Amino acid sequence: MPHAPCPIPNSQLKMPESHELETIEIQLFLEGIFRYYGFDFRNYALASLKRRIWKTIQSERLTTVSGLQEKILHNPAYLERFLLGVSVNVTTMFRDPSFYISFRNKVVPLLRTYPFIRIWHAGCSTGEEVYSMAILLQEEGLYDRCRIYATDMNEVVLKQAKTGIFSLKKMQEYTQLYHQAGGKKAFSEYYTAAYDNALFRSSIKDNIVFAHHNLATDNSFNEFNVILCRNVMIYFNSYLQERVHKLFHESLGMFGVLGLGHQESLHFTPYEKHYETIESSDKLYRRVK
Amino acid sequence: MKNTMKQLKVVINSTAELNKKNFEIVVVGTSLGGLDALSVLLADLPPSFPLPVVIVQHRHKHSQNRLSDFLQQQSSLQITEVEDKEPIAPGRVYLAPADYHLLIESPRQWYKSVPENYFTESPRANVEPVYNSKFPLLCRGSFTFALSTEAPVCYARPSIDVLFESAADAFGEKVIGIILTGANSDGSEGLGKIKAEGGLTFVQEPDSAQCGIMPTAAIANVEVDWILPLSQIAPCLVNLLTIKV
Repeated sequence: MPHAPCPIPNSQLKMPESHELETIEIQLFLEGIFRYYGFDFRNYALASLKRRIWKTIQSERLTTVSGLQEKILHNPAYLERFLLGVSVNVTTMFRDPSFYISFRNKVVPLLRTYPFIRIWHAGCSTGEEVYSMAILLQEEGLYDRCRIYATDMNEVVLKQAKTGIFSLKKMQEYTQLYHQAGGKKAFSEYYTAAYDNALFRSSIKDNIVFAHHNLATDNSFNEFNVILCRNVMIYFNSYLQERVHKLFHESLGMFGVLGLGHQESLHFTPYEKHYETIESSDKLYRRVK
Repeated sequence: MKNTMKQLKVVINSTAELNKKNFEIVVVGTSLGGLDALSVLLADLPPSFPLPVVIVQHRHKHSQNRLSDFLQQQSSLQITEVEDKEPIAPGRVYLAPADYHLLIESPRQWYKSVPENYFTESPRANVEPVYNSKFPLLCRGSFTFALSTEAPVCYARPSIDVLFESAADAFGEKVIGIILTGANSDGSEGLGKIKAEGGLTFVQEPDSAQCGIMPTAAIANVEVDWILPLSQIAPCLVNLLTIKV
């Protein structure tokens, strides 16, 4: 797998004169983007957001947060690049294979009891994990009864997700992960190789609806049996996490299943008591209150 | 050896001065050879160690919890792999999970930016704070950890630079940064940031390290406060933090 290039060390960036000034600049910047464009990053976890803001400043060959603010507010092309840079779109198919094994063993039996299954995949990015889940459900014979709503706040990654096309180079790694995740077939049955790309079969794509939704500002849009939101809320601060947990709690039917990322937890949210644990190491929970 | 003993004396003599800083956190970075080095370091920290110790050890992205299980056998402090938004508690050892960057969120940085009515559009769920014996009581005002799956930095995720820079950002001069054995230069930028903020920097003496590349790179990049053999780092820390003026 190719490695990301080493970024220019921070010492070569022009850092702001003081923390106070940097904090003020960042607050004004986020406020400006929210008020003008409606994208609300004000309650993102600041430590990593700051890193990504400075990376954008660097790649735009600018030197200050205020400089970036000026460009973005006056030129939407800058906003589009900023949105891509600021949301972290690093993911793989069958990421954390043990999650998929637990889902097969502990959640699929619950889902078999439903005539129709609605799944919300919140923060789906470029779609790798959505297609993984679709494959799992098809192998378990449930997919015909499923509808997966895959949402993200970023139109560019949604567009890419919709195509169902991934780099062929990645397929070797994904095949390995697919089998570790309890895959039952030859992984190549699910895609057609064309030039450097792997195009996933339309039978996998059929029951997925990709749509725009921003967890920071939008509300619930349906009642679901399963909500998956893995490694998305790690970019939010505690306030925004609480908002999203409230949203999920309202959007899950009773006994609906919530799946979080490997190092995420309900422990530090006020909703801990509203769920029982299905599988603690793979962060699968079931709404009971 | 004479030199290092002399250096140790200087450390202890300057303790009074350093003590005034009231250090709040210790961050440690290591890669190749880190397992043995961390065993030695952690074994020498007493149960009463007053600060949180946060460790980035480079490791394979699919590695499991075995690292924390192994280190737990060597240490009298409780060792956990960090979960997102976990509050940082003193006297605990925290390990960066495989395949995530580990950062520190300061409560000061955001609370002012949140409008008071931000979460009151609809009535709040009826929830009460939960005391959970496994974790300290969740407190809005406390420093917490945050995770990220951003691209690896210098091939590493978790990256030492990312942790060290965010620690310096959140705790300013109250950080103690330690670089141990390792085979690349991750950590030197971050250690520089700690030093620039006025924090205290330790590097394992390259000759005594299983792999001297990481300590050497750190020493080349930063005017390090103390270069010590591994066995003396923990005793020095303990002296520094427990001798009261």
